Amino acid sequence: MTLTITVNGTRHQVDASPETPLLYVLRDDLGLNGAKYGCGLGQCGACTVQLDGKAVFSCVTPVAAVGERAVRTVEGLGTADRMSPLQQAFREEQAAQCGYCIAGMIMRAQALLDADPHPDEAKIRAHMQTNLCRCGTHMRILRAIRRVAGIPNDGAAA
Amino acid sequence: MNASRRQLLAGGGLLVAFSLAGHGLAQLAGGGEGGGAPKPVRPDLPGSLKSNPVLESWVHITPDGKITVFSGKAELGQGIRTALLQVAAEELDVPPAAIDFVTADTARTPDEGLTAGSHSMQDGGTAIANACANVRMLLTRAAAKRWGVAPDGLSTNGRAQVTAPDGRSLGYGALAADLSLQVEAVPNAPRRDPRHYRTLGHDLPRVDIPAKLTGGAAYVQDLRLPGMLHARVVRGPSYGTHLAKPQLDRARKMPGVVAVIANGRFAAVVAEKEWQAIEAMRVAQDSDYVRTLPPLPVEDGPHRLQKLPTREISVLDTHDGARPAWKTVRGSYSRPWYSHGSIGPSCAVALAKDGSLTLWSHSQGVFDMHRAVAELVGLPPEKVRCIHTPSAGCYGQNGADDVTAEAGLIAMALPGRPIRLQWMREQEFGWEPCGCGMVTQVEAAIGPDKRIAHWNYEVWSNSHNNRPVGAGGYAVAQQITPGFPAPPPKPIPMPEGDGDRNANPLYVFPNMDVRYHFVPEMPLRVSALRSLGAHLNVFTIESVLDELALAGGVDPLTFRLAHMEDPRARAVMIEATTRFGWAKRPRGDGRRGCGMAFARYKNIGAYCALAMEIEVERETGAITVHRVQAAVDAGQPASPDGIRNQVEGGIIQSLSWATREAVSYDATRRTSFDWGSYPILRFEEVPGSVAVHVMDRPGDPFLGAGETAQGPTSAALANAIADATGARLRDMPFTPEVVKAAIGLGG
Amino acid sequence: MLARLRQIGWRRGALAALLLAAAAALVALALSWRPAIAPIAPPAPGSFAPEQVARGAMLAKLGDCAVCHTRDSGRPLAGGRPLATPFGTLYSDNLTPDPETGIGTWSAAAFRRAMKDGVSRTGAHLYPALPYEHFTHVADADLDALYAFLMTRRPVHEAAPANRLIFPLGFRPLLAGWKLLFLHQGPTPTDPSRSAEWNRGAYIVEGLGHCGGCHTPRNLAGGEIRSRAYAGGVAEGWRAPPLDASNPAARRWTQDALVTYLRTGISPDHSAAAGPMGPVVDSLSQVPESEVRAIAAYIVSKMGGGASAPTAPLPDHAEAAARRFPEGAVLFAGACAGCHGPGAPMMGQGRPVLSLATVLRDTEPTSAAQAVLQGIEPPVAGRGPKMPGFADALTDDQIAAVLGYLRARYTDRPDWKKLPATVAKARKEGAQP
Repeated sequence: MTLTITVNGTRHQVDASPETPLLYVLRDDLGLNGAKYGCGLGQCGACTVQLDGKAVFSCVTPVAAVGERAVRTVEGLGTADRMSPLQQAFREEQAAQCGYCIAGMIMRAQALLDADPHPDEAKIRAHMQTNLCRCGTHMRILRAIRRVAGIPNDGAAA
Repeated sequence: MNASRRQLLAGGGLLVAFSLAGHGLAQLAGGGEGGGAPKPVRPDLPGSLKSNPVLESWVHITPDGKITVFSGKAELGQGIRTALLQVAAEELDVPPAAIDFVTADTARTPDEGLTAGSHSMQDGGTAIANACANVRMLLTRAAAKRWGVAPDGLSTNGRAQVTAPDGRSLGYGALAADLSLQVEAVPNAPRRDPRHYRTLGHDLPRVDIPAKLTGGAAYVQDLRLPGMLHARVVRGPSYGTHLAKPQLDRARKMPGVVAVIANGRFAAVVAEKEWQAIEAMRVAQDSDYVRTLPPLPVEDGPHRLQKLPTREISVLDTHDGARPAWKTVRGSYSRPWYSHGSIGPSCAVALAKDGSLTLWSHSQGVFDMHRAVAELVGLPPEKVRCIHTPSAGCYGQNGADDVTAEAGLIAMALPGRPIRLQWMREQEFGWEPCGCGMVTQVEAAIGPDKRIAHWNYEVWSNSHNNRPVGAGGYAVAQQITPGFPAPPPKPIPMPEGDGDRNANPLYVFPNMDVRYHFVPEMPLRVSALRSLGAHLNVFTIESVLDELALAGGVDPLTFRLAHMEDPRARAVMIEATTRFGWAKRPRGDGRRGCGMAFARYKNIGAYCALAMEIEVERETGAITVHRVQAAVDAGQPASPDGIRNQVEGGIIQSLSWATREAVSYDATRRTSFDWGSYPILRFEEVPGSVAVHVMDRPGDPFLGAGETAQGPTSAALANAIADATGARLRDMPFTPEVVKAAIGLGG
Repeated sequence: MLARLRQIGWRRGALAALLLAAAAALVALALSWRPAIAPIAPPAPGSFAPEQVARGAMLAKLGDCAVCHTRDSGRPLAGGRPLATPFGTLYSDNLTPDPETGIGTWSAAAFRRAMKDGVSRTGAHLYPALPYEHFTHVADADLDALYAFLMTRRPVHEAAPANRLIFPLGFRPLLAGWKLLFLHQGPTPTDPSRSAEWNRGAYIVEGLGHCGGCHTPRNLAGGEIRSRAYAGGVAEGWRAPPLDASNPAARRWTQDALVTYLRTGISPDHSAAAGPMGPVVDSLSQVPESEVRAIAAYIVSKMGGGASAPTAPLPDHAEAAARRFPEGAVLFAGACAGCHGPGAPMMGQGRPVLSLATVLRDTEPTSAAQAVLQGIEPPVAGRGPKMPGFADALTDDQIAAVLGYLRARYTDRPDWKKLPATVAKARKEGAQP
């Protein structure tokens, strides 16, 4: 079945059965790498993308549910040569170890910052609670988000 | 032997490790984590050069100056690609961006055994440093020959050129045309002066991170080959089970299904599109299951190990004359089975074509894998190529090896089509090897002089090393027909150890009796998990030291320093606690408390000391970690930030293990199958702050730091809880229920 | 002339009416007045026997004090949690023994009066957000044990925010009238024809357990409708299902099943505890099993059950439901089947099928809508069933389509009406105040 969805500002025609979770359409039909398979159960957030600015789990969002809503993935925030402020913050903080969770983290955090540019620490942590990191990169992820949120990072490193 | 070894170790230095008895060498050369180790052919050379002494294995330079460096080590997400790149760039004296760095490919790179055991810097980094130093030496000599001068006056300028004092210069490309690197390395090629380091010891941004932030292709999961098919395995809920009636005929009829593989008990569905494979798998899996292995140890958990047959291994047995015992501590300590918990379930791509098989895999052991899979599928090893391609963090042997073997089997049944096999989340939880549940038992005493009088220690564990070196090591090998039997499990011998890793304290204690009760029979499927037995052994040792210090009325730091002669160990303990403010720390007040711990990983890796401040919510038993301060000595750091990143991560992972993790099971299957049934630390529970100081040790041999924080963190936590509440917790995990039960109802 | 007389009469009448009203108000005010009980110095924690403190801790779990009296990321029992009601938002009080912001200066008598009469130490009437129409049945010895527990907690200095109630409900003396109608004091009657376990259950459920607080419908004044006890109610935007004979479960609740559900958050024949029931289960997992068996015995008797469950086949009209709700079927296949469909991991781990989900069989779809919108967090010790929320992924219409499909597929009950409006309302009411 042919469906039309708008991803990162571009309309795409995809040939997928309508119940296919958006995750597989993004990865396999559109060749986008950002959203990742972590659990397929809506529990880990590795697949996080944005739908009309809200962070959602693409592994349990059927492509037929997207409709006219705008899908945004990490590829839509910036590229390696021109990163968004949040991606740059992640790079400056070297906020990744294996990096598998990071695209989801960025999309989740960006949704918060878009809605509230200056959240406090408690709000950031509560908002990011949906996303898992197993390598233990949390401290750096928080530092990157704080940079963009304008919260000072006390010099905890070294 | 033991006393002199301790003295050697206390004297400091990685070099000691290389002077140990021969059998240890093979382990070290190969990665020290079990696996099949490459044979050393030049034992006099440092690191992995022992088994790969020819320079051309490591470095290529084309006439037009293109530099390629090869490493048998794999980027697991620990940043090793960047760190080794820095090493190579430093010793070649070229900009890092000038190097094309190739990792872990059985067709292209040296066999360095496993990427495991924190050996990558010690073996791989050392090899690359020396190989590149050799190459720089040869390039310099070639320039000297061309100019007719002595090589001593020449140097390199960091831009891939050899320079003379009079300003002449020659590019490496031009010089390489005169050279053959088909020569063996010499052991004493001059290394660059640490005072002039351009990249080593500096924080080079990791080269793999930009792609990971922007959706660039970075993982085996991102491979898209022409004609690629998607596969899913169809199997029971956990290791030791199988489906009673897999619905393979129904699956075969599902849209897009290209094939259903059925070989003995092994079944898989293959489809054009990924979602079609998943839907077909679900249809096939709609069946009850049967357990074929003995029941899981529901009543006794890791203490089951104490009821099974053992092989006794004596780790330490010293006699220094009877000393009077004033205060004695007796205790049993334990940890449950852990899941690796990789965020990305294991995945592999395989292509069988023209009698060859290519595997793209995130296994830590691509060299073992190409041999073992060859045996599994019936090909000669040289026809199986295994290329390491990163995935999510594995922290040991997760499902990576199994999924690759299974992908290989499917590929052999569908030659010419690349097969992408992805394990599902529940399959990763259910089938991957777990981290070993373990038990320790200690009886130790201090004398009236407040020094240790005797130390009796026992540890029960399965082998932590079940990495496949032959076909029988894969779970699928016992499912297919004809199959391969699983090899008998073996412990890893000291100085690395597995269940007994770090059971030999680095401290100087008299009258030590340390025994490893190696248990061959495995109640759960197990293999290596980050730090192996060091996690529980360090936890135990560091808990007992605190208990004895408390009994003797001695400060925990003072007590440790009184027993530690290794100056680098003393240095990290003092550094961490000074930065923490240990001397002025808040006293335990029923709620807040502080704890410290130390270990040198394997007694030959990096040193790590840390202190933390916590708060216990007495009404719920929940623990908040307010701050952690660590100090790490990893020798000459390649990338200090890389070390900090790994140690921060190890601290958080160890806190997660200690406070909530445990594989759950009933008699017939594992019941931790998703993140709801196996919770790990999330953002609201990570510490307020984590600070890691990397000690400055210019020019010292590299020490592996990837696993150095696991043991000390859990120990420091237990010590902090005891300081805060008076309750000494010995059995991980310290869930809120456990903490609450231990501290009682006082407000 | 007559007109003028009438004028005087009117004014006098009006004046008389005014005076009468004023007098009535004064009488009412006088009747509503309660004296303050003198403050005491906070008692020393050591002055309470450990066994009494332990008993109080257990009773506090039965009463779920910490659930309402703890705010997000606040200290347990220090209050400040907002509770949205049709009458405005109330904030729970600080129950720690802090002398200024908590109950540190309350005597045992003051505490007993608060629980039984709904009156604070100062004499102010308390809003029945504190379910004192239930707590009034608790025995004095148990109230004293609760007091011992609370007074031995660590004091937290934190004042709750001021209530934000619709005018004029902020005028506390009005509550005296409310109590006149809805506060029926005295101990829970025992039934000698029932077992000791059943009577213990009655005592807990009618008293500290305050189950009727959610599971009994309320009238416009917010009082429980006693004639329809346990006929179903509301809690924080969720629907608390009926616990009487109209309970819609597919399998009749047995005592064992209910005990399992109340202590683990999931019954293999009844699906998972969700929403406000989660914290209740967490508390009950921490009390002795005998107490939960007693609760279950009583509730099961209210449902009119107790016999072993019948084994009628469970509905699963997949094709028919897909024909009638094609959009819902597609959404289910992509959003839900990964956990709830055949061959899904949860199914392989013995989790109940959706045909057993009571929320789908209820007369109202409210709780089903909230489960889809908010998801489920593992209720006990952070470990167990974990379901994501779909509030941002799916629109109200899409959730309505899914609910319609689920109802048609997994039950033999008539379609729910007005699903999109119910979902929209649930979305609004489920959001944090």
